[in-house]
Amino acid sequence: MIWVDTIVQGILLGGLYALFAAGLSLVFGIMRLVNLAHGDLIVMAAYVILVVVSFLGINPFLAAAIAMPLMFGFGWLLQRIVLNRVLGEDILPPLLVTFGLSIVLQNALLEGFTADSQRIGAGALETASFAVGPVTLGVMPVLTFLSAIAVIVGLNQLFYRTALGRAFRATSDDPVTASLMGIKPASVFATATGIAMIVVTIAALYLGMRANFDPTIGPARLIYAFEAVIIGGLGSLWGTLAGGIIIGVAQTVGAAINPEWQILAGHVAFLVVLLIKPRGLFPRAYD
Amino acid sequence: MITRRKLLKTGMASGFALSASGLAMPALAQGRAVRIGYVSPQTGPLAGFAEADTFTIAMFNRVMAEQGIAVEVTVKDSQSNPNRAATVAQELIIDDEVDFMLVASTPETTNPVATVCESEGVPVISTKAPWQPFFIGQQGNPGDPTSWQPFNYAYHYFWGLEDVIAVFTNMWNQLDTNKQVGGLFPNDADGNAWGDPNVGVAPGFAASGYTTTDPGRYQNLTDDFSAQINAFRAANAEIVTGVVIPPDFTTFRNQSLQQGFQPKAITVAKAILFPQSVETLGEAGHNLSSEVWWSASHPFTSSLTGESCADLAASFTAETGRPWTQPIGFVHSLFEMAADVIKRASDPTDPDDVVETIRATELNTMVGRIAWDGAGVPPFAAQNVCKTPLVGGQWRRKEDGTFDLVVVDNTTAPEIPTGGTMEALA
Repeated sequence: MIWVDTIVQGILLGGLYALFAAGLSLVFGIMRLVNLAHGDLIVMAAYVILVVVSFLGINPFLAAAIAMPLMFGFGWLLQRIVLNRVLGEDILPPLLVTFGLSIVLQNALLEGFTADSQRIGAGALETASFAVGPVTLGVMPVLTFLSAIAVIVGLNQLFYRTALGRAFRATSDDPVTASLMGIKPASVFATATGIAMIVVTIAALYLGMRANFDPTIGPARLIYAFEAVIIGGLGSLWGTLAGGIIIGVAQTVGAAINPEWQILAGHVAFLVVLLIKPRGLFPRAYD
Repeated sequence: MITRRKLLKTGMASGFALSASGLAMPALAQGRAVRIGYVSPQTGPLAGFAEADTFTIAMFNRVMAEQGIAVEVTVKDSQSNPNRAATVAQELIIDDEVDFMLVASTPETTNPVATVCESEGVPVISTKAPWQPFFIGQQGNPGDPTSWQPFNYAYHYFWGLEDVIAVFTNMWNQLDTNKQVGGLFPNDADGNAWGDPNVGVAPGFAASGYTTTDPGRYQNLTDDFSAQINAFRAANAEIVTGVVIPPDFTTFRNQSLQQGFQPKAITVAKAILFPQSVETLGEAGHNLSSEVWWSASHPFTSSLTGESCADLAASFTAETGRPWTQPIGFVHSLFEMAADVIKRASDPTDPDDVVETIRATELNTMVGRIAWDGAGVPPFAAQNVCKTPLVGGQWRRKEDGTFDLVVVDNTTAPEIPTGGTMEALA
């Protein structure tokens, strides 16, 4: 029975990782921008939600709904003012800029919110659970997993059913030709980063309700997000979910054998996938 | 008009004056301010330990000015980074030429600073790190007790692992349990020290009849504890202990509640040290237990200001608007030590004289009596380590969602009053 439980918990954990990775996957898929500040942006969004919760005293889910447009605006401006200037043939400048941004964000948050451990309180929801056969599932992890699926379905709809999605795909495939057709890549990129920030806010909501956070906690989660994106194949959102689940299950199974193998097992699974399918499981584009 | 002859004459005269004052230096030295260096983690993950720094140093400067003692405290931030701590300790010694050093807050801060001071021959008083990581952690070969050497310049006061073991088992003895303990020990300096099967806490627990289940070292910032929960459940553990960082403890606590794993006692170090961390747990924080090294109800008074522990806690809250935390008392005591050394030393600017003075210390401080007399310390560390009392406490949730730390076991230090008895978790 422990094995069934271990695998189910791993799948649910994978939902959390997929949620961390979805924003990263979106940005990378569209503009080939590796955002090293992604983890810190999640922490920043968590603080935004926390501020809204403590000032307005409302439910964290509602607070996240308020934080989303704020974060969209922040992402839009960030892309417009900073990141668009460094995008180009050379992949190094955007890497360096987001690396710097990560340090700036951490220290700004430390200045503003001190090093205190914070948490977004969700009341009884935090510890609620229900039984499915022999396995007990926490309501919060299940919600996290369902949100990850909802985010990925939503993003897929956006990509393949809307004009904006067509613009995203066109710019991703060939920015020069797309701009001949009247699409402004700079503006498309800004919108994409804004949408990524909405996903980041959802990830932040679950990160903040699940455990404590402080200004320095962001980068630790970044590595799993990267691995989920790479396992899934660049640009494939369902692949990102699959990648998250693979890492999650590998970690819980590794931990069930010995907790010392928990993190290692996730990394080993990542390397094995890379060995067998170097382009990831579901690569969308060949470039 | 300046002639060559005149210039030469006055130049020689002033040269003579300079050398004369040079000859008089030792007498003058006693008149200059005593320079104290203080290294502490003011930013980064350990910043909570240093939140009383500004408050305490302002108090110290005020009292010293009132007593007419000239001191100059230079504070450097370790940024919670051991390498940085060593660098700033060097700067304090070489650039600021401090006469002696104070250092506090976790082995990550105390050890690099004490090592630098020891090699530079600068006296250092250190606290807020269990003495084993401090003393053994700085030895050339921590694995070989016969090679351990005492320090000439580094003096430390705090408690040790043996005190934690005693306090934890005393608290658990108040409850009716099956004596099965689950251990959460991460793969970091503390986790490895606590979880060591030979010199960690498990043999100590075993001596009191408690069996420890240790699933193994996990990585800090783990997102899933189902493996540990399953292992504890398989061992039928009714007690959980460990040395866990706050985010991981929240993850573990929530996940175990979700999974229906409800031990009778959870006694952990580190994670629930600060009231802010406990508050983030909400109701799940009620009756969690931990070791207590200082509280507002400890029966000690300051040798500097005459304040009681309650007074100090109250004035800290009044000044900063924040609740009292355990480190406040210890930072205060560190500056009590500094004042005491300056007052008793015949020459506080002479390192060897300062060391002599520190070794002869016998001072009743905000955290208890400090004297390096070897009481309760194994012979190899007796010269450098002094132990302060440790008791056990439980966090009690109040109506408004804030928490009180109540001392529930004082078997190890009967002079510290209890505020209640150990209660099982709901």
